Order: sequence, then structure tokens, then C-alpha cells
Amino acid sequence: MSIFIDNDTRLVVQGITGRDGSFHTGQMMEYGTQVVAGVTPGKGGQIFEGPNGETVPIFNAMDEAVAQTGANTSVVYVPPAFASDAILEAVDSGVSLVVAITEGVPVLDMARAHAFAGDRGVRILGPNCPGLLSPGKSKVGILPAQIVTEGPIGVVSRSGTLTYEAVFQLTSVGLGQTTCVGIGGDPLIGTNFIDCLEAFEADPETAAVVMIGEIGGTDEQEAAAYVQANMSKPVVGFIAGQTAPPGRQMGHAGAIISGSAGTAEEKMKAFQDNGIAVAQRPADIVGLIQDTLA
Amino acid sequence: MDIHEYQAKERFALAGIPVPPGRIATTADEAEAIANEYGCAVMVKAQVHSGGRGKAGGVKYCNDASEAREHASNILGMDINGLTVEKVLVTPAEDIETEAYVGVLIDRKNQAATFMVSPDGGMDIEEVAASTPDRIRKLSVDPRYGLLPHQALWLANFLYDDPALIKQASKVVAQLYDSFVNSGASMTEINPLITTPDGEVKAIDAKMTIDGNELFRRPDVAGMRDLAAEPASETKAREAGLSYVKLDGNVGCCVNGAGLAMATMDLVKYYGGEPANFLDIGGSSNPDKVVSALEIITSDPNVKAILFNIFGGITRCDDVANGIVEATKRIDIEPPIVIRLTGTNEDLGLQILEEAGFSAYTSMDDVVEKAVELAKG
Repeated sequence: MSIFIDNDTRLVVQGITGRDGSFHTGQMMEYGTQVVAGVTPGKGGQIFEGPNGETVPIFNAMDEAVAQTGANTSVVYVPPAFASDAILEAVDSGVSLVVAITEGVPVLDMARAHAFAGDRGVRILGPNCPGLLSPGKSKVGILPAQIVTEGPIGVVSRSGTLTYEAVFQLTSVGLGQTTCVGIGGDPLIGTNFIDCLEAFEADPETAAVVMIGEIGGTDEQEAAAYVQANMSKPVVGFIAGQTAPPGRQMGHAGAIISGSAGTAEEKMKAFQDNGIAVAQRPADIVGLIQDTLA
Repeated sequence: MDIHEYQAKERFALAGIPVPPGRIATTADEAEAIANEYGCAVMVKAQVHSGGRGKAGGVKYCNDASEAREHASNILGMDINGLTVEKVLVTPAEDIETEAYVGVLIDRKNQAATFMVSPDGGMDIEEVAASTPDRIRKLSVDPRYGLLPHQALWLANFLYDDPALIKQASKVVAQLYDSFVNSGASMTEINPLITTPDGEVKAIDAKMTIDGNELFRRPDVAGMRDLAAEPASETKAREAGLSYVKLDGNVGCCVNGAGLAMATMDLVKYYGGEPANFLDIGGSSNPDKVVSALEIITSDPNVKAILFNIFGGITRCDDVANGIVEATKRIDIEPPIVIRLTGTNEDLGLQILEEAGFSAYTSMDDVVEKAVELAKG
């Protein structure tokens, strides 16, 4: 098993003809993801050629793509100015999961998009996220495939490359993953830690979860309380930004310590208080996971 | 992006919010001249992107123009939380009967713009929230409908008892929401919203932070960026599409991804070093970005070693490797460079580095430890 994506995932790529969209479509197909359609307005009727000569039809609009290919998941590589429109279009097209990779989407656009998706029961992952990967099954987004392997660990993270770091270290000692999910570093995201923890708890193949947070907001604290109250599976946590000064935004729009709230210290304490083993550095994650499985 | 009080007041005025007149002075002479024109008691207020201006002595009441001159001369050039005051706002002093607080920010939990209002204005709202939370009323605005008239009234009802004041305040609340949305803000506040003895409601202070992602479609707001109010290195980084924050240490860090960049800084500290900066070269990098990153890092004289930590996803290792090689050809780099490169197109990247005489690490701990050691000399 896995969460959110698996062998039945039929993917449509929005922005398939762009630099990043085309590159990562090739990478996803190489991994074995069923990419069934692409959408780029004005390029309908063209064909995207996969790395091994496969052909993927390109459509002008999402509804056509879904109607003609039975796609159930979309991934968005559309530039920020058009990304929220692309997300809304995807939500209306009949897919059940929209993975928004695009960085730089206006926050107020996302407030509207999340409300719209909530009304229609569609899950948005992101925006400004690396997507997700269920090893051996499907990859949606930009996570590098060579660092994952199949196994019993669920990984959920607010960061992109820090997720890769943690997954890389797990894989290097033979600890494989059920699904690795990057939920994104923006203030308003569609899928949060708790959504992923709930899914991992329900997934029979996931034995333990790695949760990687960062400074800013209170999502990690709420997730910690959720773990204490609702999870039987062990969780190991890491928080980035112990050396970040208050009041300065650290890249991610969400990564800012305001007043006394949102510090790494506060979040690490919330983890400890709720039975989550806390790694001091990424390299400690592996040992803590091994302890929980021993 | 932070904007100054006087700029936030311009945004407020566009939405119809009553704000007192005011003009900007960059010299004591100008401040005196403006105060003379008003011909009444004025406030001289430091314009810097920092809270706590009053406590730092950057906001002064002046009985007349000569006092305005004296205070302006003290405030201009003053350091407030590490920022130098380059300009002051000169504005007629108001008679204040009551002070309230009205703010809007993006609330992550409710995924919406959220109002916070309190009849206890003039002080730090976080203090009010901590000591007397029942003195704050909150409302999340449903993005599908916007702020509805009865909701604006519900917020205003919490501030005043007098129907005439409530009516004015509910208008201000609605106008503030419009200003927030039309400015592409992520936070705005009026603190204090005052009432005068004549029964007028006015915003005499203003704060606004703009969502950087909105700037591409709001050239008028983007034009409010004050380059003098941020370090030159951060301006250069932004123009190159990088995210950079200068810190006080000596290990220059160049990382892709904000989370990994923070974790790298933490690890520098863990191994006994101090990071010189936060720098995220972002996704989808091209070699030029890496060149700019190295120019920025090496412009900091404290940097004694440069640490690359690249985990390729959307960023391709060959792009970064090409950038490092290109940069070392274009600029003279004195501090030693240590590189960790793994992920997308790793083999290509390592080959490029090897051909140029660099060696790369694959472990984050090893490369950080090495950088800390080199920085210590």
C-alpha cells in the first residue's frame, strides 16, 4: 500500500510543454508513472514523446484530457501567474488529487483555490511542493527517483530538498518508504501534516513515520498533538531552522518566526511532549527510526 | 515585502480610510519646513521596516517647527533594530480620545484572510492576546464571499458603544479588507485606530507587508520597494532570483531549497561553526544563478569558507556544477570551496566538477564538518 498515489494513478501533466514540465514528465515516465495526458492551452492535438518513445496526447483543456484518458490525478508545472487558474481548472475536471509544484503562487489566490477544492472534495497537495512518490508504484512531481526504495517508512515534510536528504539517508541503510510526501512551504497548503499522518496511520504497510518540519506557524505543534491522540505508529521528527533569527523570512513564505511563535525550539518541545522522538540533525533520523522498529 | 508607514497610509487612502495628512522629510530642514506649513503641533516618525519605533525613540511629538527640526535631526541616521533611519514622516498631531486595534493577516489554519480587532489599541497586539485574549475579536473572511457588511459591523461593535463611531469603524474595517486584497498584502494593521474628541475615527499608524508573489501583477505596489531600507546584498540576491539573508558567521552557505538551507545552517552550528548567511538558490536553477550566489557570498568579508550543499530535484546538478566552474573563471574567489552534490543529473555534475579540478562530497555531515574546519583556518 501507499498513500494518495499508487499503481492506479493515471496522471495528467498541466504545463507539459514547458522546460520543467517536459523534463519532469520524462523523469516520471522513466520511473513508471502512468502519464496519460498533458495539457497546454493552444497546443492541443500535439504529442509529447516519452523517454522510451511513448506518446502522450496533449489537450487544450483539463476536461477534454480527463474525459478522453480517464486521468484521476493532475500535476501542475504552470508558471505562477497562471497556476491558480490551472489548479481551479483541475479541481473542476474530475480528478481527485491535484499536485501543485509551482512556486510563487499569490497566497490570496490559494485561499480561493483551497475553498473551491474543499467544496468539491478534491485534494490539493502544495503549492510550492516537490510532490510525492510511492516507491515501486508511482511518482508525481519532482522527487528524485534514485534516492527511494520500497519499504515500511512514511515520510512527510514541509521542505523539498530536505525531504530528499532524509529519504536518501533512510535508503542508504536499507530503510525503504511506502510514500514520501512534500506538503510544501507556503502559508496556505492543501494537504497538511495531519492529513498525511492520518493516511499513514490507516496504511497497513506503513510501520513508522518521519515528519520533517521547519520554523513558522503552528502546524507541527498541532500535528504533534494529533500524533499523541490518534496514532499507534511511531513518529520521528526533525525541525529545520534552529539557527534562524526571528523576524527574517527564510526562503519559504511560511518560514518566519513572528514574535515568540514558530521557533524550532518550541516545535521540538511539542514533539518531545507528545511522544515524538526528535532528531537533532538529519543524520540522526535513521538511528531513531531503527530504534522505533527494534 | 515590507512597506513604510507612509506608503501603507497611501494604500489606505486609496481605499477611502481616513488618514491624517503627512509628508516625508529626509533632512531636518525639510522637516522644519513641512511643520511650518502645517502650522500646528506635529509628530515626527521614523520610517523603517521595524516594529518598536516608539520605544527606540524614533517617534516624537513636536510643539512647533523648531522642535520638529530638532527631533528630525536626532531621528534621521538613528539605528533602529539594525536599520538606519533615512526618512521621517511629518504629520499633524491628533487629539486622541480612544485607541483601538484593527488588523488583517493570512491565517494558516483557517486558510483565509483573518481580522483581529481590539478596543485596546496603541500597544502590541501580541501582548493583548497573551494577557487579555477576551479583548480580541477574530473573524476569518470566506474568500468566496469576501467581507460581508454584517461581519464588518460585528467587528466594529466590539470596538465602540457609540452608534456613530460604530458606523464609521465598520466602514474602515470594510475599506481595510479592500486595501488588503487590492494591495496583495499578507498582513496589514491600524494601530492605533483613534477616535478624536470631535467623534472622528482615523488611522494614525499603518503597517503593511506585501506577499512577494503578488508583485508581478501589481506594479504600483512593487514600485513601493525601498532599496535603501535593505542591505545591498539582499537586493542583488533578489534580482538574481535568489533568497538571501545575511547573518554574522564565517561559513558561506549556498544551498538549494529553504528547508535544506536552514538544516545546513543548523548543522554548521552543530559542528561548532557559525553560518555567514542563508542562501537558497531555488529550484530550476541555471548556471548564472550560481555565479550570482558566489558573487554575493564572496562580497561578505567575514566569509572564510564556502559550502555548497545541493540535493538535485528540480535543480539539476550539472547546472550547479557548470555555475561553480563558470563563477571561478569569472570572479576571483579567495575562500576555499567545498561541495556536496547529489540527486538529479548527479553523475553529469560530478564529472563537470572533476574535470575542473574540484572534488565533491556526497554526505552532508562530511561537507559541513570540512567547511567548519576550513573556516577556522
